[in-house]
Amino acid sequence: MTPTLSHYLAVAAILFALGLFTVLTRRNAVAVLMGVELMLNASNVNLVAFNKFVVGGLTGQTFALFVVVLAAAEAAVGLAIVLSIFHTFKTIDVRAADLMRE
Amino acid sequence: MRTKKKLIAWTLGSAAVIGAVGVLSARLSPALAAGGARPVAGPFTLADGVFYAVAALTVGGAAAVALSRNILYSALGLLASLLGVAGLYVFLSADFVAVAQVFIYIGGVLVLILFAVMLTNRIGEVNISNASLGWASGGLLAAVLLGLLLVVAFEIPWAVRPMAGTPTTAPIGHALLQQWLLPFELASLILLATLIGAIIIARKEIRAE
Repeated sequence: MTPTLSHYLAVAAILFALGLFTVLTRRNAVAVLMGVELMLNASNVNLVAFNKFVVGGLTGQTFALFVVVLAAAEAAVGLAIVLSIFHTFKTIDVRAADLMRE
Repeated sequence: MRTKKKLIAWTLGSAAVIGAVGVLSARLSPALAAGGARPVAGPFTLADGVFYAVAALTVGGAAAVALSRNILYSALGLLASLLGVAGLYVFLSADFVAVAQVFIYIGGVLVLILFAVMLTNRIGEVNISNASLGWASGGLLAAVLLGLLLVVAFEIPWAVRPMAGTPTTAPIGHALLQQWLLPFELASLILLATLIGAIIIARKEIRAE
């Protein structure tokens, strides 16, 4: 069966659900960030798919590009914070980091 | 006892979310259904097979991220998933976004994540399978959301229009420097701020004794 809009939406839905599951169940802060990346990718697939099948033009693709840029920025700052937490607490368990300083 | 209570709370919360979105989508679907027609099933071609392979790569990689006990395997699963998403972009005739996905995500973000994994983890003692919310409640919430999104994806007759795929790189360049100039410059400003902020946050404190 030829892939239609619904197929892309279904793939994105599975990606988003798996990303949400990762964010909810992992205790490793880096893994939580991976889950966030999965969810951002799922939303990007939706943006590009709707752009191709429903809206037309380039607005959806441009917006997806901005999402990619902001996701890169988020990953950089998030991982810097994770490294900082690791230096301070010697662990990256998300439940251990409940203070901003030692 | 406490986990049971938690589970019940999560179940009730999920039920409330389903109900709210169900009512909302039922009210919205006539508006969205303008002129939509069910697609006709065509013959199965090679391109369809490639699409399903790419989709399987995406979903499989994401499943590895979500379920693998080793954080390094999770990172490799993320690699597969991001590659699959780039393939989906190619299928959606979004060539520039696909290349940007490969460059930025796989060349940048994934390498960054791998660095973080190696710097923060003694691989031998990863305790990833331990849940912070619990597998049951987290899985329940994710499954409920997945079912809901799948129903929305397949049940709403989207107003699909046939559109030809054209090269997008040059038009995106023009759009970024004309229509979206201000967001474009703001994004560069955010990237600069991120660069400085990440360095300041992650550097080791050097104290003058």
